[in-house]
Amino acid sequence: MSNFLQIVWLIPILPLIGFIINGAGRNILSKAVSGFVGSAVIFASFLLSIYVFIEVKNGHSEVVHYFNFINIESLKIAFAFKIDPLSSLFLLIITGVGFLIHVYSTSYMHEEPSKDFAKYFSFLNLFVFSMLLLVMGANYVIMFIGWEGVGLCSYLLIGYWFKNNDYTNAGKKAFIMNRIGDLGFLLAVFWLISKLGTVSFDEIFSQVSLDKLSLADKTGITLLLFVGATGKSAQIPLYTWLPDAMAGPTPVSALIHAATMVTAGIYMIARSNILYIMAPLTQHVVAITGLATAVLAATIALKQNDIKKVLAYSTVSQLGYMFLALGVGAYTGAVFHVMTHAFFKALLFLGAGSVIHAMGGEQDMRNMGGLKKYMSITHLTFLLGCLAIAGMPPFSGFFSKDEILAAAYANNPILWAVGVFTAVMTAFYMFRLYGMTFLGKFRGTQEQEHHLHESPAAITIPLIILAILAVIGGWIGIPEIFMHGGHRLEAFLEPVFRQSNAIATKHALSHSKEYMLMGISVAAAFIALVFAWNKFSKYQKSETVSTGFTKLLENKWYVEEFYNAIITKPINSLSAFFNNIIEKKVIDGLVNGTGKAVNYGSRQLRWLQSGQVGAYILLMVIGILILFIIQLFL
Amino acid sequence: MDIKAYIILALTLFTIGIIGVLVRRNAIIIFMCVELMLNAVNLLLVAFSKMHAMSEAVKASPTYVSDAQIFVFFIMVVAAAEVSVGLAIIVMLYRNTHSVDVNFLNRLKN
Repeated sequence: MSNFLQIVWLIPILPLIGFIINGAGRNILSKAVSGFVGSAVIFASFLLSIYVFIEVKNGHSEVVHYFNFINIESLKIAFAFKIDPLSSLFLLIITGVGFLIHVYSTSYMHEEPSKDFAKYFSFLNLFVFSMLLLVMGANYVIMFIGWEGVGLCSYLLIGYWFKNNDYTNAGKKAFIMNRIGDLGFLLAVFWLISKLGTVSFDEIFSQVSLDKLSLADKTGITLLLFVGATGKSAQIPLYTWLPDAMAGPTPVSALIHAATMVTAGIYMIARSNILYIMAPLTQHVVAITGLATAVLAATIALKQNDIKKVLAYSTVSQLGYMFLALGVGAYTGAVFHVMTHAFFKALLFLGAGSVIHAMGGEQDMRNMGGLKKYMSITHLTFLLGCLAIAGMPPFSGFFSKDEILAAAYANNPILWAVGVFTAVMTAFYMFRLYGMTFLGKFRGTQEQEHHLHESPAAITIPLIILAILAVIGGWIGIPEIFMHGGHRLEAFLEPVFRQSNAIATKHALSHSKEYMLMGISVAAAFIALVFAWNKFSKYQKSETVSTGFTKLLENKWYVEEFYNAIITKPINSLSAFFNNIIEKKVIDGLVNGTGKAVNYGSRQLRWLQSGQVGAYILLMVIGILILFIIQLFL
Repeated sequence: MDIKAYIILALTLFTIGIIGVLVRRNAIIIFMCVELMLNAVNLLLVAFSKMHAMSEAVKASPTYVSDAQIFVFFIMVVAAAEVSVGLAIIVMLYRNTHSVDVNFLNRLKN
């Protein structure tokens, strides 16, 4: 074991300590202390992650074994951490973005009472702990612990303002949707155990194990794992929880529902890449689902008026992109997009939070506008974020999105066409958001206008850092055609995807073709961008009721209503049936019937107790005679 | 003499006692019937003891004693003590209720 591995366990333990301090001391700690503790532990983890990352970059990838977590005869599940390029990259994203969001939160949540403030930070720390466990686990079971932990923290933080019933319901919805996915994950793990008797990544992905699994096994396992991923990463059909999850505080949306937790599904599939590459059917399912989600969510985002809802649907759409990349076998592209997305989407969410903060809690973009002149830093960073997500060169989103689209084209040009269509919509709705919020005239109330101000440094500094990352983050993955050896991320992640790359058929695109594809998608997105900029910088509030297709989009394709009709309503009526018939008639009938029978029986038996001595003696004699008869004749 | 005659006599006395207890209401007569049953058993005890002691096998044994003959006296003594208590109860009952009919004695019931 090399030296650096001895401190690896500190990375997840530090946030856990922060959670314990803040959780236990929430009644006594002042806001400054709990904010400091919460951020400091994440910062320490971040420093350690950098150290680990550098060591991994120098070629030290290892599995650190601590103890046996489950130890049953033939099944031994180790509590072990896998430190390799993939997990160390995720460590950096989680702790790095996580730290910035913690700092941001100290200012954003400052108006909360100090008890709730500490509670908030303890949940946030617990979340980071679970997420690190998820990423570092060296087998599916440890990963599953983190997987469940992030789900729990997501629930707790969405329902942070638990006195509002709608928010609590949103939390419950997220939790239940996640549970559906988790079941798939769990079944896949059981399947692996029954076939291979192990859940460790290294053992499963070894050639011996892979030979033991039939094609049906691989397809089944990967499909079940994908069900888990659709729950956690908000894909069709389980995506509806993510927009509702915006009920939580904005930094939570940035950290959990944009940058980290929702990418857990992508991480899991990237980790299991070899299984997926060997199950072509699942690959198709993943690609189609991802693309369908990307398009569906993008169309919904076109017509939303809540600033956070637009970003939420945009997140769902971008996650769809990542699944498209996974489905076409572009694992590096998916991880790359996870990283750039973490930067620009966290930036956009935090920027939106800054806007909401300045507007005094107002989230409806129709009441905003013209914020450019009041909030210059927020405005500028937000603009950079929008350019990045719209895929404009040389911002980070361009590189990752281009890589995914190129891989999609190599797989099937139709996938590419739909992908570009989505990218165009992305550029449109992001600049609709930008135009409605920052350009034009202010449309809110006088009082709101009076209060408009730039946010304090604890908010703007994370924004600036994230903006810088959103601009330059893509430069670690410059395509081969621009610069030879420019794709440093691919070289770094190569050991993780080596097995899959050997199997996957490489479709090399000619350089001219690649330039052309790139040109088409950028040009199309740019036209949409300019169009949206012009259209929405002159946005006026109108009271016209939308009809037809617009109404369909505003109502999110009526997917929620559809789910209500086919799932919620039948379950409710089934429950009502159980309550009214089974519970009230059958079970209560049984219980009450027993009581009534005993009551009636004893009322009849009561007459035996007459108080007549003669009757008692008669019974006694009869009893003795019966005993005699039994004794003598039987 | 044949043991059967004693058994039949004891059985008859015992049955008379039981029937007496069941059908009569007068506490004193019931009491007498109970004594009758007790003495039926005593009679049986003495008879068995006597017959048992007469067998050759038992006479040969060094521990031969006619136990039950003595035992019956003990029973009589205890029965006499019991009778005195029982009669005392009946006397007290009569003083309180002016009746010795057991069917009136169900007042504990309520």
